Amino acid sequence: MNRNLKIIFGLVLVLVFIAGPADLTGLGIPWPGLKRYGTYILTLWLVTAVAAMGVNLIVGYAGQETLAQAAFLGIGAFTTALLQKAGVPFGLNFLASGVICFIVGIALGFPALRVQKHYLAFVTLAFSVFVWLLIRNEEWLTGGVNGIKDIRRPILLGISLRPALYYYWLVLALTAVLTAAMWWLLRSPWGRAFTALRENAIRAESLGIDVRGYTLMAFAIGSAYAGFAGAMYAPLVEFIDPSPFALGASLQFLLMVVAGGAGSFVGPFVGAVVAVLLPEWLRFAEGYYLIIFAIIVMLLMAFCPTGIVGLFARLTTKARRPHADDKGPSLGGPNLGGDPTAAATTVAGANS
Amino acid sequence: MNTASAALEATPASTAASKVLEVRDISKSFGGVHAVRGVTFDVREGEILGLIGPNGSGKSTLFNCILGQLTPTSGDVLVAGRSVTGLRPSELNRLGIGRTFQLLQVFPQLTVRENLILAGQEHEGSRFKRLFGPSDSGLTANANRMIDFFRLGHLAEEKAGGLSYGQQKLLDCAMAFMAGPRLVLLDEPAGGVNLTMLGNLKDRLQAINKETGATFIVIEHNMEFVMSLCTRIIVLAEGKIIAEGPPDTIRKNPQVIEAYLGH
Repeated sequence: MNRNLKIIFGLVLVLVFIAGPADLTGLGIPWPGLKRYGTYILTLWLVTAVAAMGVNLIVGYAGQETLAQAAFLGIGAFTTALLQKAGVPFGLNFLASGVICFIVGIALGFPALRVQKHYLAFVTLAFSVFVWLLIRNEEWLTGGVNGIKDIRRPILLGISLRPALYYYWLVLALTAVLTAAMWWLLRSPWGRAFTALRENAIRAESLGIDVRGYTLMAFAIGSAYAGFAGAMYAPLVEFIDPSPFALGASLQFLLMVVAGGAGSFVGPFVGAVVAVLLPEWLRFAEGYYLIIFAIIVMLLMAFCPTGIVGLFARLTTKARRPHADDKGPSLGGPNLGGDPTAAATTVAGANS
Repeated sequence: MNTASAALEATPASTAASKVLEVRDISKSFGGVHAVRGVTFDVREGEILGLIGPNGSGKSTLFNCILGQLTPTSGDVLVAGRSVTGLRPSELNRLGIGRTFQLLQVFPQLTVRENLILAGQEHEGSRFKRLFGPSDSGLTANANRMIDFFRLGHLAEEKAGGLSYGQQKLLDCAMAFMAGPRLVLLDEPAGGVNLTMLGNLKDRLQAINKETGATFIVIEHNMEFVMSLCTRIIVLAEGKIIAEGPPDTIRKNPQVIEAYLGH
């Protein structure tokens, strides 16, 4: 896709996201928009995608493991709910949720400096259970199983965002900012360092990359995204209790990243479609919809381990392989492929 | 006497001043296995030192002790007179020590250029300055020069995982030199490389040594390669140095022949 086409596609996408749920019949366009529940589901998809972006950073880019994202979502949601009850405005609640999860995320990152793979997964699993028990048992703070109710949606410039569509637009704007921030982070030298951790931490360390520092940052930033998502989630549902922040939800975040395409920028959004929207689309099957959902997920993982984005890329991109005739050592393989006159080039300039 | 040999004959005062690396009585044991036993040697500025020995002689363990991958059981490593024992590999790299590994260690999902930028980026300002700086850390031009120098120009935009084995070896070496290190430890650079590529690699290493004065330590089993590249050779057997000297002397040393042939 050339640059102009990309820009046009991007603008159309932005327009669809802004105007899609709205009733456009007043503008002479025969589109009644989405009903309240449809707008709610679309907002939930955005919130879920933000938390999944965090998992994608930790798992897909930095190559670590986490089964604690729902716990951070809970920390963010309860932080926002509690601060709102104390009269703190939404903007500050939102920031506080992210910052607290960032700090706790650093703490969770420390075990990752000692253990890897499934051992690390179990450490984060234990953390997830710990946070869930804390939310459930500390009634004086979180309301326990009764949760916290009447969480108001914010008022922005005198306009109440209580209507589903208005709140959707706020979440859409915040998601756009967080997505742009993630895009910028991943294109920065930090993004390359995260990829290096995933691909070969020992080599990365030998090139001067502070593996410890970047690992902690991956956990901290990824967890902060769950905190931001939690801050948007609490006013969306207006009532929170411990159940949405249990271990199962963390597994579902991992599923989203893997099903969407781990290490792919749009993977979390696609994965969130699978986890949030697909079950809704399958409701016509009534009692069988979860069974059909499970079968679709199993088939997806069996036949498309690189996720939906990976499948799409495979179908649309021609596999290119340079110098297929020069694979591996051979005594008679003089295929350097390079320009011999390049010998005149000096390295001195490269290091200047 | 070649220039390198002449350099070795320098006065003691100037020799002391030009020491890049000092390995002092390094030992490393794994339980009851003594992999390295009291190894001591110096490496001088601009030198290409070969480290050879039969399999299991302790070469890679010694490398890993020098480079912070392993903590020595006893002894000390000094870089430019400063003790660096116990420092992490990333800290050593930032002190100007580069390395390559025995097995290929490039980042397959990154392009050749991105691999090189990655290899140099941690030397450009603080971590937070890098976060807010240009995405290439201002290293694209340097990476391009390194790509041309190692004759990989036509592959700059290719994913490293798609390169041939020999091309990946060249990239691996190029990455070690990207940050302009003063000392580079090469672990079997010739392993599995075809003859033409081997000549190319040797040519590039000698050119870097000549142009920048970078110092190398090379572990290698390919005797032809190591004898023609190195100016001095240390031979390890059973964790100890059994011989040290110019290639011609080492080639004829009876202890070395015995260690290799097992007589």
